[in-house]
Amino acid sequence: MKPAPFVRHVPRTLQQALAMLSQLAGQDGRILAGGQSLVPIMAFRLAKPAHLIDINEIAGLDRLDSDGTALTIGARVRHAAFHGPAVDNPLAALLSYVARHIAHYPIRMRGTFCGSLAHADPASEWCLTAATLGATMIAKSQRGEREIAAADFFEGIMSTALAEDELLAEVRLPLLAADAKFGFNEFSRRAGDFAMASSLVTYRVADGKISEARIGVGGAESSPRRIEEAESALNGQPPGDPAFRAAALAASDAVDPLEDHQTNAEYRRDLVRAVVRRALEHSLT
Amino acid sequence: MTAPAKFVGRSVPRLEDRPLLLGQGRFAADISFPGQWHMRVVRSPVAHGKLQGINAAAALTLPGVHAVWTRDNVAHIPPIPFRLTGLVELEPYRQPILANDYVRYVGEPVAVVFAADPYIAEDAAELVELNIETLAPVMHASGDTGPFDAERATEPSIIRKSYGDVDAAFNAAHAIVTLELSIGRHSGVPLETRGAIARYDEARDILEMHGAAKVPWWNRDHIAKMIGRSRTNMHLLEGHVGGGFGIRGEIYPEDVLVCAAALHFKKPVKWIEDRREHLIAANHSRQQQHNIRAAIDAAGHILAIDDKFYHDNGAYMRTHAATVPDLAAAMLPGPYRVPAYRVAGHIRLTNKTPCGTYRAPGRYESSFVRERVLDAIAAKVGIDGVEIRRRNLIAKSAMPYDLHLETLGTHIVYDSGDYALLLDKTLERAGWPALQASLKKRRAAGEMVGAGVAMFVEKSGLGPSDTVRVEIKNDGKVEVVTGVASIGQGVETAMAQIAADALGVDYATINVVHGQTDRIDQGAGAFASRVTVMCGEATRLASVKLRGKVLRLAAELMQTDAAALDIINGEIVRRDNTGPSMTLTELAQARPGDLSAEDTFLSSHMVYPYGVHVAAVKIDSDTGGVAIERYVIGYDIGKAVNPRLVESQIAGGLAQGLGGALLEEFVYDDNGEPLSVTFADYLMPTSREVPQMSILITEDAPSPLNPMGLKGAGEGGANPVGAVIAAAIDDALQRPGTIAELPVTPQRLKSILKKTGLR
Repeated sequence: MKPAPFVRHVPRTLQQALAMLSQLAGQDGRILAGGQSLVPIMAFRLAKPAHLIDINEIAGLDRLDSDGTALTIGARVRHAAFHGPAVDNPLAALLSYVARHIAHYPIRMRGTFCGSLAHADPASEWCLTAATLGATMIAKSQRGEREIAAADFFEGIMSTALAEDELLAEVRLPLLAADAKFGFNEFSRRAGDFAMASSLVTYRVADGKISEARIGVGGAESSPRRIEEAESALNGQPPGDPAFRAAALAASDAVDPLEDHQTNAEYRRDLVRAVVRRALEHSLT
Repeated sequence: MTAPAKFVGRSVPRLEDRPLLLGQGRFAADISFPGQWHMRVVRSPVAHGKLQGINAAAALTLPGVHAVWTRDNVAHIPPIPFRLTGLVELEPYRQPILANDYVRYVGEPVAVVFAADPYIAEDAAELVELNIETLAPVMHASGDTGPFDAERATEPSIIRKSYGDVDAAFNAAHAIVTLELSIGRHSGVPLETRGAIARYDEARDILEMHGAAKVPWWNRDHIAKMIGRSRTNMHLLEGHVGGGFGIRGEIYPEDVLVCAAALHFKKPVKWIEDRREHLIAANHSRQQQHNIRAAIDAAGHILAIDDKFYHDNGAYMRTHAATVPDLAAAMLPGPYRVPAYRVAGHIRLTNKTPCGTYRAPGRYESSFVRERVLDAIAAKVGIDGVEIRRRNLIAKSAMPYDLHLETLGTHIVYDSGDYALLLDKTLERAGWPALQASLKKRRAAGEMVGAGVAMFVEKSGLGPSDTVRVEIKNDGKVEVVTGVASIGQGVETAMAQIAADALGVDYATINVVHGQTDRIDQGAGAFASRVTVMCGEATRLASVKLRGKVLRLAAELMQTDAAALDIINGEIVRRDNTGPSMTLTELAQARPGDLSAEDTFLSSHMVYPYGVHVAAVKIDSDTGGVAIERYVIGYDIGKAVNPRLVESQIAGGLAQGLGGALLEEFVYDDNGEPLSVTFADYLMPTSREVPQMSILITEDAPSPLNPMGLKGAGEGGANPVGAVIAAAIDDALQRPGTIAELPVTPQRLKSILKKTGLR
């Protein structure tokens, strides 16, 4: 479990980083941020990047601020930055709750929000968050800058819309309405393991009825996404058991389940049903 | 009059912990020598195949690569020998240190690369080309056998044991209970992976291997023999060891390879196993499938048990040979009267990692099977799990109880025990009636909650002998030189406590030496819960002998009778508190070299602790998850030298038992590809998964086979965990006999819930 040979580059500015990435991407160059996914994969030699561009010394990539409509999260912001309130908005409580489910404390001290998105593990809590809340990804390269909507960003298991010379420099998460409710739940066999299914929900309540429902499911398909069928089952209904059960069932029917040796399709659907219902129940607490 | 017992029986702090807590531990990876070469093993990527050729040319051109060895370089070295239960018919199935004609599991060593650093070694290992003609793998131990080689099939032997008239008992039975049960493949996974560092000292003609554990003396003798050396110019040296559990410290191919290479190249050779390697190369254990029948009378008394099982030993017979299936067969009857018994244990080879012992070997398996049978009998007769056990327990008055079976070269005679008393005490600790009432109420309210009980007899204190030498040095410090090993269990503390009481010194002044073949010529090592019993009594004997010597020599100098003297806190005093005294240091300086004594404890029978586990669980019917709400363990070990160390043994054992019951499983696909090769896939319980537990240590049945009444404590925490979790889940479902397979994964349990219409 020693990695194959590689060269580590340490740019001091974003421009240097993008120049290096442009030059090295074609020679198997990769960005190193927190390293909590990439480094273990390298240790197993499942990835053998010839060059690592270490962005940890670049000033400015650690921004975590709000312009009143969205929270901007820079490429060096660690998971642990969300343990406490990151912004004066209900989004802070959501992020804080979700963050505590990411792996284990030492990993949260090192791993980054943007790195997690760029890695695009289907079970990632932050990928689920980005997909559910409709994040905007800011991809930068020497060629310029572009915005990618979350719905277009995740393309499959560990696959994104980023070009090989693009750095995921920032992510913008829209703030929640002041009266927004949220709930989260995930199931794993041990605390801190990759979720076998997870769900994040947000909605508002007007005149006793749910509106603007967002129901995201992670860990169940090749990428996390919002489940329209479940959202439809929820919108217009009063918050409570009947609507929650209906939405959970709709979500489990709608997913195209990933299968592995400990999770067949039927069981994955069972888990989706459980985590969606529990995320909705959590929204009432 | 001897000094009053001051240390034995007390939970004094561990002597071992200071260097460990200060980061000064010396584990295998901490050992390095100037100019050392690093070894990397090239492992088979296929489960079964004919090894047609190996091409190391590309690897050899890599700068920093010193050599590559394949089968041709080690053709003169025989396969790894058997340490225990080595039936002669198993010998053709021993593992070569590098694959010869065939590869038989993913992970089998095929070649080794020696290089300047571990990175280059791993780079080069990837360049070694293997030409393997793939063969169909055998992935199941039951059903038809497959080919091991051109002449042999994959069933090397069948373990048969019996007593009584089984057929007559079945013919006369009121009812027969039949179960098919299986235990998953899992193993001890120590925090420290294996490691071996060999160094040849040409000037002294001494070959050393560091990184030894468990059984350094046996390994020294047999590695020496394998590579053609005398045992007298070879030494195995144990440093700190990060967990043993049965799997660490046996002779594996890598140990022999570093020794042979250090000798051949005259360079230190270091090998440190990585975690992926560990999960496919170190011994697996436990996987068995049982078909068991019990004949009972109308009251649920067992009349006979007839068991047939398939033991999946993986690709080869390693050092433990038939030990695990033999123990499973021999210990299955447990704490119950079983008037007639017959077992056939089919040892089967499959194209998976080879197996060996793991904490409570054979007993974790057979306790699951036996206790499932007891629960099935209870259901058949219509009584509860406690009552069925009470009706069948061996009575205290029947002790010593001859089981009429043999294992590990010993005749099984339960030396002492009051099983019913421990059941009562443990149920009382668990608050059993109140627990039952509360569970019933919660079930009525829709919760899936339940509790179970499991009982077992353990074995410990395997002989045949242990020798200990105790010496008081010129600085007054006491050294106890043992032939055992420390795998983290607290042997230094426990031996110091025993020696301290016999000698009349503070236990913290005692240095206990273990695991060093250059310090004492013979040693049996640390396994089978034997150390405290065997080495403990040898330590006491040697210490008492030394005490006599001290008093005799002091009496001469103090011009009095030895009988008039005592040793108190390292000082030799007159019992009547008159006149001068002298310290042990003064005596040691006055009689340099004389304050030493050696003694040996011999034992041809094991000693048998016994226990009760009680668990209460809650099932999450949505996900199939199981939460443990209460866990109580009662264990009678005759005499606890250090109760806190005993509790630690039990707590650690429980964690491992829970792993096998709920989480840990080495899974393979149909092609023999291992799927559990990281800690993300092989799920060990963490502090979040291990529940609070209540541990009751009792001393109601001291062993009559040694003066302190000692029995071993290492394995009772793990032994019946699968059994009690299964019982508790059944109770939560209110469907007896539902759990027939370990581990109970959430997917399996959810599937059961759906099939049975419970959800």
